[in-house]
Amino acid sequence: MEIGLSHYLTLAAILFTLGTLGIFLNRKNVIVILMSVELILLAVNINLVAFSAFQGNLVGQVFALLVLTVAAAEAAIGLAILVVFFRNRGSIAVEDINAMKG
Amino acid sequence: MSFAAAFFYLFACILVGSAFMVISSRNPVYSVLFLILAFVNAAGLFILIGAEFLALILVVVYVGAVAVLFLFVVMMLDVDFVELRQGFLQYLPVGVVVGLIFLAELVLVVGAWASGPGVSVARNAVMTYPRGNTHALGQVLYTDYIYFFQIAGFVLLVAMIGAIVLTLRHKPNVKRQNISAQVARTPETAMEVVKVRPGQGL
Repeated sequence: MEIGLSHYLTLAAILFTLGTLGIFLNRKNVIVILMSVELILLAVNINLVAFSAFQGNLVGQVFALLVLTVAAAEAAIGLAILVVFFRNRGSIAVEDINAMKG
Repeated sequence: MSFAAAFFYLFACILVGSAFMVISSRNPVYSVLFLILAFVNAAGLFILIGAEFLALILVVVYVGAVAVLFLFVVMMLDVDFVELRQGFLQYLPVGVVVGLIFLAELVLVVGAWASGPGVSVARNAVMTYPRGNTHALGQVLYTDYIYFFQIAGFVLLVAMIGAIVLTLRHKPNVKRQNISAQVARTPETAMEVVKVRPGQGL
């Protein structure tokens, strides 16, 4: 059977669902939540690249490059915030992050 | 089954399996390692579909930078990860139900997908460029999408400055070089001429 666009889209859908499921299940661990966000962005990238390849249009790959950049920046900033938070509180549990609650 | 199809299923199965292990692994270090495996397999899929440049960038950026950053942070923070996993089973039923519904919806959308009338029929072959994917991507990226490229650079710059500002810590009681004080020294303040009388010492 020839591999078509819908194969890639289904794979990306499964990956996206696993990412959201990871956010649901690991509600206390910020590090795993950040990794799940990376999985979601990877699924989006697979979608963009698959459409780009099967439509014969390179713009999707340019946009995937932009998504990759934003994902790297997000990981860097998120982990920096995590390190600062751990320094101040000694914990990374999500339910402890409520300093801005009124 | 053709060669490409076999490799697609190989990469896709390992990708989905390692993504599942990322979210269900007990130890976050294993999660990071499975994340690396997932990214490498996604890079294989990108090569399979003809996006070689993005595949290698994925390996360089994610495996080389992001995953190593995660590994550093996981190993550096002294956190009781067992305690953080409490509630995993509590959220499991609802999470799985929501996930299955979500997946069904996504697959329904994918199944109903079709090219618009104006769009040329989707090519089922991998794109071929006379001078390679990287060359073609560069020709698009540096001409029509130069502003996107610049914005990506600014995003990285802001992320770098933000991460430095967030984690920079000035410790007290650390001796640092004080350049203005060094430059302001004169021979009068720096040394003292003492007359030593013979036979007496200081």
